[in-house]
Amino acid sequence: MQNNLPRSIDDTLDLLARGRYVADRALATVIFLALKMGRPLFLEGEAGVGKTEIAKVLAQSLGRNLIRLQCYEGLDVSSAVYEWNYPAQMIDIRLAEAAGVKDREQLAVSVFSEQFLIRRPLLQALQGLPGEAPVLLVDELDRTDEAFEAFLLEVLSDFQVTIPELGTIKATDPPIVVITSNRTREVHDALKRRCLYHWLGYPDVDRELHIIRARKPEAPEALSRQVVHFVQGLRGMDLFKPPGVAETLDWVSALHELDSVSLDPQIINDTLGVLLKYQDDIVKLEGSEAKRLLDQIRAEIRAQTPA
Amino acid sequence: MDDRPQGLGPRRPGSGKLAENIMHFARVLRGAGLPVGTGQVLDAIEAAQTGCLNSKADFHAALRSVFVKRHEHDVLFEEAFQIFWRKPKMLEQLIQLLFPEISRPAGEEKKKAGHRRLAESLFDQNRKVTAERRENPGELEVEASFTFSSEETLRKKDFEQMTVEEQVKAKRAIAALRAHRVSVKTRRYEALRHGERIDLRRSLKASVAAASELLELKYKRRKLRQPPLVILCDISGSMSNYSRMFLHFLHALLNDRDRVYVFVFGTRLTNITRELKRRDVDEAMQKVSGAVLDWSGGTRIGESLRVFNYRWARRVLTQGAHVMLMSDGLDRDHIEVLEQEIARLRRSARRIIWLNPLLRYSGFEPRAKGIQAIIRHVDEFRPVHNLESLEAIAAALSSPASAGHEPRRWQNAPTAA
Repeated sequence: MQNNLPRSIDDTLDLLARGRYVADRALATVIFLALKMGRPLFLEGEAGVGKTEIAKVLAQSLGRNLIRLQCYEGLDVSSAVYEWNYPAQMIDIRLAEAAGVKDREQLAVSVFSEQFLIRRPLLQALQGLPGEAPVLLVDELDRTDEAFEAFLLEVLSDFQVTIPELGTIKATDPPIVVITSNRTREVHDALKRRCLYHWLGYPDVDRELHIIRARKPEAPEALSRQVVHFVQGLRGMDLFKPPGVAETLDWVSALHELDSVSLDPQIINDTLGVLLKYQDDIVKLEGSEAKRLLDQIRAEIRAQTPA
Repeated sequence: MDDRPQGLGPRRPGSGKLAENIMHFARVLRGAGLPVGTGQVLDAIEAAQTGCLNSKADFHAALRSVFVKRHEHDVLFEEAFQIFWRKPKMLEQLIQLLFPEISRPAGEEKKKAGHRRLAESLFDQNRKVTAERRENPGELEVEASFTFSSEETLRKKDFEQMTVEEQVKAKRAIAALRAHRVSVKTRRYEALRHGERIDLRRSLKASVAAASELLELKYKRRKLRQPPLVILCDISGSMSNYSRMFLHFLHALLNDRDRVYVFVFGTRLTNITRELKRRDVDEAMQKVSGAVLDWSGGTRIGESLRVFNYRWARRVLTQGAHVMLMSDGLDRDHIEVLEQEIARLRRSARRIIWLNPLLRYSGFEPRAKGIQAIIRHVDEFRPVHNLESLEAIAAALSSPASAGHEPRRWQNAPTAA
């Protein structure tokens, strides 16, 4: 049986680094434990701090399939677990009748068989091959309602689902589960208790710089440094939605595409929409405020780099 | 991995107390208010033994991932961990904990609240604190409260008993509430004979079972559910005659249906949902009076709304929430903030109902600037000054806005010269 799970916390850090994910040791510890103990990983934090990315990196560097279940209001069993293929079933019934099959029992068995079953993400995740169980990403769980949460709790406790017409399907090898939440709603404690919890915050200057180096190696170092300081300054301001790491990376790309090697008030104003997504925040920063912050971070950077 | 239940593996011979210590640590956390179950203790022991004993940082991360299930609890866990797993300095810390007012900078109220609970919990465990202290925890709380910002009126409002007659009427208001319930369509379906859509799954099942030539169609329709209700209630001085009555009403509302969130504000915004969510109304009122620090002080509606928008809106204004703003709208300063924030609130809520006690005067004209600012952005504008009007509100939560409460009626009123 192939088993390439990391053996220690350092292994986990290496694994993440190979996937170009810059993690601190606490996060690596939690991931390592989740893999080792076979528990779901519950990641909470602001939008754009790299919650979803962890699942992608895990899948990629462990060589597993990534199965993603995007949650939304009204998500139900037929779009999360399974659905019957009704048109095909109806044709099958018609054919059976035309062929003169009279045995209704037999018809019921043949119509509700695996052949007509459409597998949705949760069911797919339970049917991975041993040693190659997929990574199941349940993204933005807070968007769905309590009813689905309760159902998910059931699935995650036993790694099995019951289809009334077919019976119970149990995972031979449970998937690696990553659940993310933006915390627009408090997820119930019962579900969290099943999981290993980690709060992902905004990274500090050094780690954010590392992230840019890992993800956008083509960007000039001086620019990256300015960008990171500027973004960190923004997070200290009273904004409706402070920019996340995803926005920082987008901004670096944007600036790089525009061939700028350092920040100036004009380019900041022109590209502010990459960083801030609320009109009020943009208005707050346009004009003199951006320049003030820019001057401030220039002074900061000067103070840090020895002359 | 080591199978021995208490063992630590070969790495640290002779320290077989780890499991026991984790258990004690869990009890400290539980005492401090973290919801820690036995299952988590077992998980923690397993986690600690799964290669996380090499450094304190790893051990810390492992325990945290198991014991902390909410971001708010991080602070408390942090403190408890530092104290519990660092014996030599423990006593010193404990002494500090007893006097959070002295040792900590003012303004960190949240942390302080945690400290207090933690201190009580640690003492409770390690020094077998006697029952009399437990009976009288209020004293400690009162003392801590006095260290908050001095600009606020730190008056603890004493709730008077509601008169019998009032209680009867309040009950009537609840009854009226039950009679009318507003519901919105969700994205889920339920089976219904004359539903709006064909339920293929049930149709097919029935057809196979019934052995009929024809496919008998089954129907379904969208499920209905009450949307979340968020109440922002003004408890400043100008509203003090009403606050008590309102709170009783809100208590009834909160305990009657799910997904109701109650916030009060004077100079600061307080979420009292948890305090109010008690079956017994007196107990709830007592909890609320302890949690709220700005009874009958000044008003900063704009600032309170801003805090709500920034900190809470994204968490409670989901799934088509309705907002009920109970305020007289008399905010003297920072009209631009008020205007801006009420506009933002309008964009994130499905419907805003403004309840204003001033509307009881027949000659009411919205002259105050604050009122002018708010009225442009609400869907409905209603009086709220007696129990009859509370009953009317109960009904209002169930019907579309009627012309009589259309805010535009008031908007074109002449402003002060």
